[in-house]
Amino acid sequence: MTNTHLAYASNYLVYSAMAVYTFAMIAFAVEMALSIRTSSKLLVGAAGSESEVEADTAKSDRTGRIAVSLTALAFALHLAGVVTRGMSAHRVPWGNMYEFSITASMALAGAYLLLMKRLGLRWLGLFVSFVVLIVLGTAVTLLYRPSAPLVPALKSTWLAIHVSAAIISGGVFLLASLVSALYLYLDHRESMGGRPLWALRMPSLEALDLLAYRLIAFVFPIWTFAVIAGAIWAESAWGRYWGWDPKETWAFITWVGYAAYLHARVTVGWRGRRAAWLCLLAGSTFLFNYVYVNIWGTGRHTYSGL
Amino acid sequence: MSDADIPSIGAIGLLRWIWRQLTSMRTALFLLMLLAIAAIPGSLIPQRTQNPLRVQDFYVAHKQLAPIFDKLRLFDVYGSPWFSAVYLLLFISLVGCVLPRAFMHAKAMSARPPATPSNLSRLEHFVTWSTELDPTTALANARHLLKKKRFRLYEQNDSLSAEKGFLRETGNLIFHLSLVLLLVAMALGALQGCKGEAIVVEGETFIDSPTSYDNLTPGRFFNPANLPVFSIKVNQFIPVYDLVTGMPLDYTVKTTVTESGKSRSATIKVNHPLEFGSTNVYLQANGYAPVVTVKDGAGNIVLKGPVPFLPQDSNLTSIGAIKVPDALPTQLGFVGSFLPTAVMDKVRGGFSSFPDAFNPRLLLSAWTGDLGLDNGTPQSVYRLDTSKMTRIGLEGLSVGDTWTLPNGAGSISFDGWDRWVNLQVARDPGKGFALTGAILAIFGLMMSLFIRRRRIWVRVFSTDDGTRIEVGGLARSGAPGLEDEMKELVKALKEGAEQR
Ligand code: HEM
Repeated sequence: MTNTHLAYASNYLVYSAMAVYTFAMIAFAVEMALSIRTSSKLLVGAAGSESEVEADTAKSDRTGRIAVSLTALAFALHLAGVVTRGMSAHRVPWGNMYEFSITASMALAGAYLLLMKRLGLRWLGLFVSFVVLIVLGTAVTLLYRPSAPLVPALKSTWLAIHVSAAIISGGVFLLASLVSALYLYLDHRESMGGRPLWALRMPSLEALDLLAYRLIAFVFPIWTFAVIAGAIWAESAWGRYWGWDPKETWAFITWVGYAAYLHARVTVGWRGRRAAWLCLLAGSTFLFNYVYVNIWGTGRHTYSGL
Repeated sequence: MSDADIPSIGAIGLLRWIWRQLTSMRTALFLLMLLAIAAIPGSLIPQRTQNPLRVQDFYVAHKQLAPIFDKLRLFDVYGSPWFSAVYLLLFISLVGCVLPRAFMHAKAMSARPPATPSNLSRLEHFVTWSTELDPTTALANARHLLKKKRFRLYEQNDSLSAEKGFLRETGNLIFHLSLVLLLVAMALGALQGCKGEAIVVEGETFIDSPTSYDNLTPGRFFNPANLPVFSIKVNQFIPVYDLVTGMPLDYTVKTTVTESGKSRSATIKVNHPLEFGSTNVYLQANGYAPVVTVKDGAGNIVLKGPVPFLPQDSNLTSIGAIKVPDALPTQLGFVGSFLPTAVMDKVRGGFSSFPDAFNPRLLLSAWTGDLGLDNGTPQSVYRLDTSKMTRIGLEGLSVGDTWTLPNGAGSISFDGWDRWVNLQVARDPGKGFALTGAILAIFGLMMSLFIRRRRIWVRVFSTDDGTRIEVGGLARSGAPGLEDEMKELVKALKEGAEQR
């Protein structure tokens, strides 16, 4: 039933993607290091003329562009790995936790590449490549399962609809959490006297704050849809659309968390630190659902294959 | 004024105050968060409705804690009074806060945009320039452009008020009202619905009446007369397994359905239930039922037919009990394991290596004595109460084998096996409303998140060096984008002037 050649190809592609993400991460780190050097030169106000600083800036800019190209290449390999994984089992590539992880991390990298130009996100590259590598690393070491067809309960078009919406939401929630965490850290450093050198060229606190808000306003309807699609599927598979299964319960809690975030911002006018904490809190309920309920949970939703 | 009047006014005032508090948005949000928090224990502590066996395990493992948990209804969080209280308060709060807002909004929709403020330059967005056009033409141009953009307009002498984005509030109200609809739908399902399960062996017929369920949980206001009358004959259950890994690939139940006197054949699959109105029949689980013939000491056939066993692992090693209360001279009982593809191992003993029945074996231990069926306490059909019985032997049988029991107690033959399916019958009259509510909620949400409410005013007046145009803008919800919209308008107005 499964095509082992394709399954092997998928594994190699995922490993290659990890290698290229590593190079991309290194390039992003070098970019950051170069910009620290430039910034520190500027700060000291000493050494070197304007042209020297300009040359440095150009160098870090070039490195940044190389890093983005590497990320794009890694993403292409990653995408190919995910697609071949799906083809090897003749189905969508998110039937167990390994597959969910490789697809969700792909969604994160994809969201980054897609939004980079429009929202000016290149500076996030180091964090994004790092998180993608962590997720992929966990997936290939701890969560790996051989490619296999689906158990009957997962044979439904709703698998494609419900899980893809959840994956997109997960990727963007993660991105928003990263932005909020960075906000809190930089806010703390600024109140202590100033940003660390590596963060000097990152966007202002207000811009980070607004970015997190926009990301969440963008995915909240998608997440709502994911939960509803899950309920419709549960109705056809289990005979009830809502049963307070642990996975459902925590999806609801995540939903309330982000609804509270949006509300707090729009109607009560929360900004900045408090909003960022709320964003992290909501993000952690999503993570809890993903890790705890999949691995140690008891409900009917444990398709991790572990 | 008597003393008694003051408290009575006070009481009404207090009630009004409570109502206002309860229906404020802050309270609604607080209750929603409370509902989320109240839901947490149910996801961490085993729940009776979901997993009664784990609740029993919990009782064994935490002897002191369990009774306290039980008092607090922590094993049944989602049916507990405190959870229902939060749910009901949220419901009241939502209704009390959304309905008045809906009326207000309906009124606002038909009202005209507010008159142009006297000083536009104080607004957040403000642009002004001079043009050669005469004031009337300039204003007409502005009206034309804004109308094309579907702003609602209000014309005054020398100025124009324009407003757009009412759908934001409309969407918002749709969203909140659909939450109310969802809550109603869930309550309807819980109160008027019902859920039951029945194990049906191949060849048997399930008739939908309260007595034929193995367990039935009706809602508080469920009326059995509302059950549609149907019967389902299970002809065959066909599982497909991956030959290498033994993973199940597909389950199909072939049935003959009889409904209002008419019969038809139908299949049930895991994601494809049978539907009878708002009642659905689902395939929940499956297993084996070894077919046996038991003769007692007197040589009479006292049991003949399939006995459902419970699967224990993914290779369907199944255990069960065969109870023969009518055997003479003493009652007979067997504790059995059914191994669909039996492998005998020195270390592990017998186990099943594949879920399909390639080499079925039935391992039995036979008991005589009192089955304990008459003392009134309900017994599991899968377990033998051996407290008043003695074991008389152990044997492993292949299909066709007969085991003659020691001491002339009788015999048992392993004639073959059938499969059984566990059918779940669920009736939920609220689910259509729930789906409607959910879909409306998404639409309302998108409208309220992505539509911006904004106002634009245009004023024109003559000055010494031609006509002066002032444009001011205000975004109600602080959303970005109005600036671009105004730039576009100003550009179009200027271009219009050049073309003339
Ligand atoms: C009960 C009284 C409630 C009132 C009066 C109320 C009012 C509002 C208002 C005025 C807005 C729009 C803010 C704006 O656009 O200016 C809004 C948005 C929203 N509300 Fe509520 N709300 C209530 C309860 C709830 C509840 C229980 C939820 C549960 C999830 C909720 C979820 C949302 C969401 C997700 C938004 C969209 C984000 C936003 O625009 O703020 N609301 N609500």
